[in-house]
Amino acid sequence: MKMQRTIIALALAGCVGSSIAPAVAQEHDTPTPPMLKWSFSGPFGRYDQGQLQRGFKIYKEVCAACHSIQMLAFRNLADPGGPGFSEAQAAAVAADYKIKDLDDKGEPTERPGRLADTFPPPFANELVAKAANGGVAPPDMSTLAKARTFERGFPWFVFDTITQYQEQGPDYIAALLNGYEEPPKGFQLPQGGHYNKYFPGHNIAMSPPLQAGQVTFDDGAPQTQEQYSKDISAFLMWAAEPHMVARKRIGLQVMIVLIVLAGLMYFTKKKVWHEVEKPREIARGQDPKKTAA
Amino acid sequence: MSGHSTYQPQSKVLQWLEKRLPIGGLVHSSFVVYPVPRNLNYLWTFGGILAFMLGVQIVTGIVLAMHYTPHVDLAFRSVEGIMRDVNYGWLLRYLHANGASMFFLAVYVHMFRGIYYGSYKEPREVLWILGVIIYLLMMATGFMGYVLVWGQMSFWAATVITNLFSAIPGVGDTIVTWLWGGYAVGNPTLNRFYSLHYLLPFVIAGVVVLHIWALHVVGQNNPTGIEPKSEKDTVAFTPYATAKDGFFLAAFVILYAWFVFYIPNFLGHADNYIPANPAVTPTHIVPEWYYLPFYAILRAIPDKLIGVIALGASIVILAFLPWLDTSRVRSARYRPLFRQFFWLFVIVCVGLGWLGSKPPEGIYVILARVFTIYYFAFFLVILPLLGIFEKTKPLPNSISESVLGAKA
Ligand code: HEC
Ligand code: HEM
Repeated sequence: MKMQRTIIALALAGCVGSSIAPAVAQEHDTPTPPMLKWSFSGPFGRYDQGQLQRGFKIYKEVCAACHSIQMLAFRNLADPGGPGFSEAQAAAVAADYKIKDLDDKGEPTERPGRLADTFPPPFANELVAKAANGGVAPPDMSTLAKARTFERGFPWFVFDTITQYQEQGPDYIAALLNGYEEPPKGFQLPQGGHYNKYFPGHNIAMSPPLQAGQVTFDDGAPQTQEQYSKDISAFLMWAAEPHMVARKRIGLQVMIVLIVLAGLMYFTKKKVWHEVEKPREIARGQDPKKTAA
Repeated sequence: MSGHSTYQPQSKVLQWLEKRLPIGGLVHSSFVVYPVPRNLNYLWTFGGILAFMLGVQIVTGIVLAMHYTPHVDLAFRSVEGIMRDVNYGWLLRYLHANGASMFFLAVYVHMFRGIYYGSYKEPREVLWILGVIIYLLMMATGFMGYVLVWGQMSFWAATVITNLFSAIPGVGDTIVTWLWGGYAVGNPTLNRFYSLHYLLPFVIAGVVVLHIWALHVVGQNNPTGIEPKSEKDTVAFTPYATAKDGFFLAAFVILYAWFVFYIPNFLGHADNYIPANPAVTPTHIVPEWYYLPFYAILRAIPDKLIGVIALGASIVILAFLPWLDTSRVRSARYRPLFRQFFWLFVIVCVGLGWLGSKPPEGIYVILARVFTIYYFAFFLVILPLLGIFEKTKPLPNSISESVLGAKA
């Protein structure tokens, strides 16, 4: 038994030791994005409607110039658990967009957007998008907040199963938007590139998209780059996971039912097994009458 | 399935049916009066958990298939359509994706349980081999399911894994072209993976029937590893095993629900939310967590062909376990040395899993090689020799003696 423990301890020590060494080396390169506070984190998390509306405004006025968000429909803006627009407001947003369509004679035409339409992309196709952006097409934003992450490393990823930390995506995007700086001495920044300390490899094709005061908020929220970064990241999280609020709400109900069920099953099992356990309890010197469930 | 049925239906209709198809008697003898050792612990519930998870995968999978489109231009969009526009589609997909993980978690516990208590030994060899076949089929099914999403990781995992066959001398490239249905992973590949992903779970279900049949012929092993000798050693399946398994299954489902509702993407890869793009290779191509130990073995070996052989051997070797383990004593309870090597083996498997997620460089490769050597040595050297040299502890005379005596 003792030897067994020693073996386990040694093996574990080996694993931990070797995982720390490379992690330290990497840290020098790309810093870990700071963990921000999100209204939608944790088991009771829900999106902050005001924040989603501000984020949507930033998307519409800034990011939409380059990034498509093709899986989002105008009707989604009025879906429960989302930014909380009324159907009329969502329809008004849609009407501001021009959607390519065919007329009765089959000729290409443009018409105002409807609730059922999805957001039209800013570029006709990927090649145009590339040509307009220094050779790199801006990624579609529909799933972007779930498509970016950073390594948590051992043992943090184990703790994350319990703390439910899963906001790596929005944390990374917010950090990225705040992460532009002068390249350090000796860093060769290619023509048209921008230095960003959080971007893998640091050379990002996107110029810093957000400046303070660029988007007007009418709910009194500060019009700073930090606030913008946070709000657009929250909006992108919603766009990528629009049913999260329902998921967590139903999750709580399911959890309660399951825990009660498991508890009842446990006492049923105890009662059923009591006859079988009796001789063992007597052998142990217990009184089976007292242990009866 | 075992013994003579004592089933006597009450109702006229059931009596009528029983004369023509004795299915009631089959169920009665298999799941009601069937005797199970009285000393089973909760590790014995994992078989039931596996059956439950297979059912969940099939039910959620069939509904997903109603909304899924197996085409390279539409697959990713259709999965996102399930997540966004299908009523409770997000629930179905998260149940299915995390269900696969829970399925594998359960099968790993189930297999380690079998190794610890020597459940593969005579007369349970066929039972064990059927289990290894199920496991292989599960691996194929899980891999092809993951490809269906047609995200970046789907595409590149498909590319890397199918490319392994190109290591076969002479015919390798031909085989790969045949697997792909073209000269690269593309639409024909996606279509055949979809077809097979739908088929294989039902093949699994068929082998599961054989597995349970074999189980009911030889009976369950138990923590002492000695066969039940009298009625005192067993209890009836119902209500005893049903009540116990029912409780533990409910507890397991809590864990499952935790993942589905609170951290549904924890076990996945962010890259798989990027649509597949043959022109962009992800920085790290990593398979799903349940394949990581084998991926580590593959990459620990510098030669591609030998790596692929080692990968295959690491799984196939399991089927030979009944003959590699030469000890007459089943349970690790009475095998002090085996117990230590067993736990070291568990650590090595988990360690290989962790290494499989790391880039194949520096210390990671060295560790992966050491662990790979231990993995094979466990089967090929340690188990055969232990049976000869190990001094085992005395076995109890019967299960009931061990249950009552141990605590007295
Ligand atoms: C002038 C065009 C342009 C605008 C406006 C723009 N982007 Fe980008 N964005 C790009 C390009 C180009 C890339 C690809 C960068 C690369 O891969 O080097 C990109 C990439 C990104 C990425 C992915 C980075 C990664 O890790 O791959 C994020 C996140 C992002 N943009 C967020 C935003 C947000 C939020 C806004 C609005 C506030 C915005 N962008 C506005 C052009 C733009
Ligand atoms: C042995 C049982 C099964 C296993 C282990 C399994 C595993 C998987 C996995 C790992 C995925 C990828 C999940 C994701 O990342 O989104 C998947 C997807 C899928 N599976 Fe299965 N599956 C099983 C049974 C089935 C069955 C029986 C069907 C259909 C009848 C099915 C239909 C699908 C479909 C349509 C998808 C794509 C949609 C999606 O990604 O959710 N599966 N499967």
